[in-house]
Amino acid sequence: MALTLGHYLVLSAVLFSIGIMGLLIRRQNIISLLLCIELLLLAVNINFVALSSYIGNLEGQIYTFFVLTVAAAEAAIGLALVVVYFRKRHTIALDDMTALKG
Amino acid sequence: MTWLFFWLFASLTVLSALGVIAMRRSVHAVFCLISAFINTAGLFILLGAEFVAMILVVVYVGAVTVLFLFVVMMLDTDKEDEKKKTSGFQKWLGISGGLFLMAEFALLLVFSFLSSSQSFKVQDPNVMTFFTVKDIGRVLYTDYFMPFQIAGLILLVAMFGAIVLTLHHRAGVKRQDAHSQLQRTRKNAIEICSVPFYEGLEPPSSLTQSTAEKGM
Repeated sequence: MALTLGHYLVLSAVLFSIGIMGLLIRRQNIISLLLCIELLLLAVNINFVALSSYIGNLEGQIYTFFVLTVAAAEAAIGLALVVVYFRKRHTIALDDMTALKG
Repeated sequence: MTWLFFWLFASLTVLSALGVIAMRRSVHAVFCLISAFINTAGLFILLGAEFVAMILVVVYVGAVTVLFLFVVMMLDTDKEDEKKKTSGFQKWLGISGGLFLMAEFALLLVFSFLSSSQSFKVQDPNVMTFFTVKDIGRVLYTDYFMPFQIAGLILLVAMFGAIVLTLHHRAGVKRQDAHSQLQRTRKNAIEICSVPFYEGLEPPSSLTQSTAEKGM
């Protein structure tokens, strides 16, 4: 049974869809949303590495590093914001974040 | 043999991803995410990208998800997780939206399979060109030198941002104020006065105020 590029692309598409689904379903708190964003970036990384290996070009793997960097920075800043918000409001439930509604 | 490992890692990755979005408690969701990352690292090794796989394990599992775990454990949000539930309408909207997206991707991939003349084969591991860390370094430090520096800058800014955001001075904590200490001179700290015999002096107003503030 031959393993094709399509297998990896389908896997990545499935992961991406699961991530989007999670963004829509899990509305309890911000941390769940950050976790789902990590899933989306993971799907992107699988695409990059699979195509890099398929084409035989290294640059896909290089881009994976940049995606990792940005994901790490995003997680750090996002979690810092969550901590600050929790300190002010004592909740991180998304339904309670209605300050911008006026 | 490779396809056996592919199916193992792929199915575990998808199961863990489903766990991330299905677990009620955030701690369990983070553990599912760790499992997804480790299985994806296995897939990367199958693809011949060992260095990326190791980076994924070290950076993601070792740093990012542990950061998530710290925050989840510190904030103690499980109580409100229990009582807050997604409304049924939202849930069905989310699930149908995700399935729609998945179907869209599937159609796209199937049509590209059918229409393309090339075979979509990942190269045979025996003839696959293996990239070593040396190759990665050669490309990263020459062709991608500027993006590499900018990535470092992004990390630096993120570090500063996280520190500045979470640092806060609690009111009522006594701490050293170097500026006011250095501003103290003989002129504004010492007052020479002649004390009348058997009468004494009223303490100066500045002294009484400052001692009252300090609660002495």
